[in-house]
Amino acid sequence: MDPRVISRFRRNRGALAGAALVSFVLLLGLVGPWIAPHPPAKQFRTELLEQGLPVGPLEREGHLLGGDQLGRDQLSRLLHGARLSISIALLATAIAVFIGVSVGLVSGYLGGFVDGALMRLVDIVLSLPFLLIAIVAQKSLDASGVLFISTLLGVLSWTSLARITRAKTMQARALEYVEAARALGFRGPRILFRHVLPNVAGPAFAIGTLMVANMILAESALSFLGFGLQPPAASWGSMLSESQTLMEWQPTLTLFPALLIVITVFGFNLLGEGLRDVFDARL
Amino acid sequence: MALVEVEHLSKRFVAKRSLWGRALRHVHAVEDVSLYVKEGETLSLVGESGCGKSTLGRCILRLHEPTSGSVKFRGIEITKLPPRELRTLRREMQIIFQDPHGSLNPRMTVRQTLAEPLRVHGIVTSKGEEEDRVAELMRRVGLRPELMNRYPHEFSGGQKQRIGIARALTVSPKFIVADEPISALDVSIQAQIVNLMRDLQEELGLSYLFIAHDLAIVEYLSHRVAVMYLGRIVEEAAARDLYREPKHPYTQALLSAAPVPDPKREKKRLVLAGDVPSPLAPPPGCAFHPRCPIAQRGLCDVERPELRPIGEGRRVACHLAR
Repeated sequence: MDPRVISRFRRNRGALAGAALVSFVLLLGLVGPWIAPHPPAKQFRTELLEQGLPVGPLEREGHLLGGDQLGRDQLSRLLHGARLSISIALLATAIAVFIGVSVGLVSGYLGGFVDGALMRLVDIVLSLPFLLIAIVAQKSLDASGVLFISTLLGVLSWTSLARITRAKTMQARALEYVEAARALGFRGPRILFRHVLPNVAGPAFAIGTLMVANMILAESALSFLGFGLQPPAASWGSMLSESQTLMEWQPTLTLFPALLIVITVFGFNLLGEGLRDVFDARL
Repeated sequence: MALVEVEHLSKRFVAKRSLWGRALRHVHAVEDVSLYVKEGETLSLVGESGCGKSTLGRCILRLHEPTSGSVKFRGIEITKLPPRELRTLRREMQIIFQDPHGSLNPRMTVRQTLAEPLRVHGIVTSKGEEEDRVAELMRRVGLRPELMNRYPHEFSGGQKQRIGIARALTVSPKFIVADEPISALDVSIQAQIVNLMRDLQEELGLSYLFIAHDLAIVEYLSHRVAVMYLGRIVEEAAARDLYREPKHPYTQALLSAAPVPDPKREKKRLVLAGDVPSPLAPPPGCAFHPRCPIAQRGLCDVERPELRPIGEGRRVACHLAR
């Protein structure tokens, strides 16, 4: 990679702080389920429930953060939830980036009719009401796995990336070295991947990072409304959802997953914005 | 037979589209241009910025698709050539760009830049061959082969332009469009690049279409010169004739603007009034008449002068030129 990019990154405090937060969250997602003290779905009815209400943090030995409304270990659920939430966000982002960058590259490079058709497709996808589509898809397909939710999120959120990639591609297409590549008789795919894509990859990477934050939020929103992962699976969003009836009795049940969501979103946003500045000083 | 023959070439860009994509307005970048370049010859194409000279050069290489007209290379019509055959033919025709910085991929070393076309066209097949060939190309354009693993930003403007030239030479072309190859360089470096191009022409028998925006630079290099104004050729002549006795008032103005390296010689400057008219709305009659010092009312603003032969191998588009 360009050493100038690396040094600009090192001098960008926001990006560094974001990178630290993101590393923490990613680490949590990676090792969380292994270091969790209990299985996430196991109920400790006698230990963690008092007259049907969960006990709070630090009240029971071996259950650091107490239990939830069904007497399951809160810390274990948070740690398992980390992996699920982050996997969904990353997978959904990967899908969105793949579709968005492909569409943008083809659209921007070929132009003409193909460009017009693809950009109308973008308009159509943009005009779809996200929640409505998510709910209808979930109800009609009766699916709720990680793969399903990631695909759903990814397929509905590639549009902005496609537009930006298209604009960047059109810029890159006019570069003299891209023209030189055409004059030398290189084929379209070679020109696209070797000479155009590197101009597009930086911004796309930055936007993808920002997108992870949105995906975490979108998954939480879906789960909160009950259309995301189904019980007993734990994601941060579904934990928020399940805790709402007990919010007055035991606010920590809401607080911890919410806090983790905030940290993750904040970290990815910081990192994404930092990367954007690093890759493209003009934006 | 000429190596490159261009006949009645026009290129229009769509300037404005309707909501449904129908073209509403066009820019006539190149209008009805005919010219030829013989083997081993340099034809210079001179004109102000925006007159369509770069577009013309790119249309000849089919980097732009011409709107109408014909381009023949060794007698082969290339405007309708299918992509496959066009790719093969691209080995014969290359381009050198104005901006030495923008014309090189900043993420590729000199070696990668030069090796890519060699590999794509199957000119080299092994690492060793590749290295030899790259080194040879670098020496040919006056660069030390030891620098082959450096990136473009580690070179000066003149060196970068040499790399650009070396890249054009990778496929051993016969014809090169040089699109203002020295306009972005320091004056001291300009001469070096011009000399390099001249040497290469002698050694390799290259033909150039040399695009420039002033006449001073091209005198030394050109066999023939064509002057363009608003998309059309207004005068074409052997370099010597054109410099000695320019016929078209626009050529005269261009020549008077060129600095003469002789302090004693008194010069009358012919300064043109106004700007180049917009190619969106070219003036009626002769496109040059609003700025022309000798334009005649009722003639030049009504009737467009055709490019007509005037003397040996010489053409001019002016009602009044004799």
